[in-house]
Amino acid sequence: MAKITFITSDNETIVAEGTTGNVMELAVKNKVKGIDGDCGGVCSCATCHVHVNEAFWGAVGAPSELESDMLEFDDNVSDYSRLACQLQVNEVPDGLILKVAK
Amino acid sequence: MSLTKEQVCVVIGASHAGVNLAFALRKEGWVGAIILYDIDTEFPYHRPPLSKAYLTSEDSTSQSLLFPKENYKDDNITLKLGVAVKSINRNKKLVNLSDNTVQKYDKLVIATGARPFIPPIKGIDTAKNLFPMRTAADAVNIRNAFNTSQQKRVVVIGGGYIGLETAASLKKLGANVTVLEREERILARVTAPVMSKFFTQLHKSKGVDILTGKNVVSIENNGAYNTVVCNDNSTYQADLIVVGVGIKVNTELAKEAGLTIENGIKVDKTARTNDAHIYAIGDCTYHYNPHYKTNVRLESVQNAVDQAKTAAKAICGEAHTVYNTIPWFWSDQFDVKLQMVGLSNGYNQIVIRKEETQNSFSAWYFKDDKLLAVDAVNYPKAYMLGTKFIKSGQKINKSKLEDITIPFKPNNFI
Repeated sequence: MAKITFITSDNETIVAEGTTGNVMELAVKNKVKGIDGDCGGVCSCATCHVHVNEAFWGAVGAPSELESDMLEFDDNVSDYSRLACQLQVNEVPDGLILKVAK
Repeated sequence: MSLTKEQVCVVIGASHAGVNLAFALRKEGWVGAIILYDIDTEFPYHRPPLSKAYLTSEDSTSQSLLFPKENYKDDNITLKLGVAVKSINRNKKLVNLSDNTVQKYDKLVIATGARPFIPPIKGIDTAKNLFPMRTAADAVNIRNAFNTSQQKRVVVIGGGYIGLETAASLKKLGANVTVLEREERILARVTAPVMSKFFTQLHKSKGVDILTGKNVVSIENNGAYNTVVCNDNSTYQADLIVVGVGIKVNTELAKEAGLTIENGIKVDKTARTNDAHIYAIGDCTYHYNPHYKTNVRLESVQNAVDQAKTAAKAICGEAHTVYNTIPWFWSDQFDVKLQMVGLSNGYNQIVIRKEETQNSFSAWYFKDDKLLAVDAVNYPKAYMLGTKFIKSGQKINKSKLEDITIPFKPNNFI
């Protein structure tokens, strides 16, 4: 069970808990604004862009080459950008804080 | 219009467009009932994985759901699966249902999509294990027929994206796959010769037979297997046949109700039909694209989802929202990720940028100096940057773009 906090661009805070699936799906389930996951989680659309809170970056880790290529020219990219569909709920650190990029 | 709890929004079709519309309606403040009807009995699922990950995954039972079941409950969205809408009565503002009941509506959304076109080939009705690929049931049928087949000889009729993705997935599982394409090249209707050539080579390198100029004229069911006969008298034995030759738009309900049909259900910039209380979204619509200044009908998830969001806003009274997106698409075949953005219709030049990495390149479609579309093969950077350039209308230096000694950075191509 991971507890994940999403902060939207309107500064709304949503705390979600999950055990399986990816973080994009968890965000959609909890209606996190700015996370759409239109491609269904296959790293094709970049509609689930998040910024990982710096304190968690080491534990979350850097994106794969494919994912980082998707992110490089996306709006509002940062050193801590990830696509939520590529993060598995059961692999991310408990208490993770993510800021929605869009 | 003021929103009240007594109002009812009826949605015909519970796939990408209809379901996203339902959730978007709640987000936009619709407090009345939302009722979705679909003849498909399966809980609403993502369609794109059916021809891709679903076929090859070990887990054959679960579909990837569009939204978790709890969300429908939380948002008080009523799903009526396995129920067909028989007709629309615009005067009385109600729909007649297959269970012989009626449902009144204040707003109606038609999200009926499309169905596979089954060509009138002699013997097609009696062929063994012949399926289209559009619904979860189709994917299950294909999977089951494949698993029970001894020789696993698969003939795919039609070399479009659906056919090729299915061919790739079944090949991965060890099938002997032959693709029969009527045109002189695969993907002829949807992309440029350079892409057709790439995907032909890809499939051939993986052992898929890609045969073009093959018009199937008959299918003979021999009991144990089928014999597929082409116009050049060539024959192919098939234990399983997948038909992917295009779609028919589900416009019948709208047409019978007297709505304007023009290459699909004609809608305005807010996805509204010529009836003020009826909207249409997704694959079934013919709509105006402001960026390309032309009317289009699109078969894509992006269009379904984005048009749903526009319609939801319009229904809830946000009249200034207009549908204005750059279309995008994707396809996964073997280890190749194809991402497409924009509409290439009317291009007069293609610039190819071949990356040093094997199998990575992008095709940039121009009309004179205007960038219309980008196809990116195993190169998401080109897809993302292409999207930006198309949106901004930025003029691009084509010779720099095709020069791979110049690093792939936005400012280098201006």
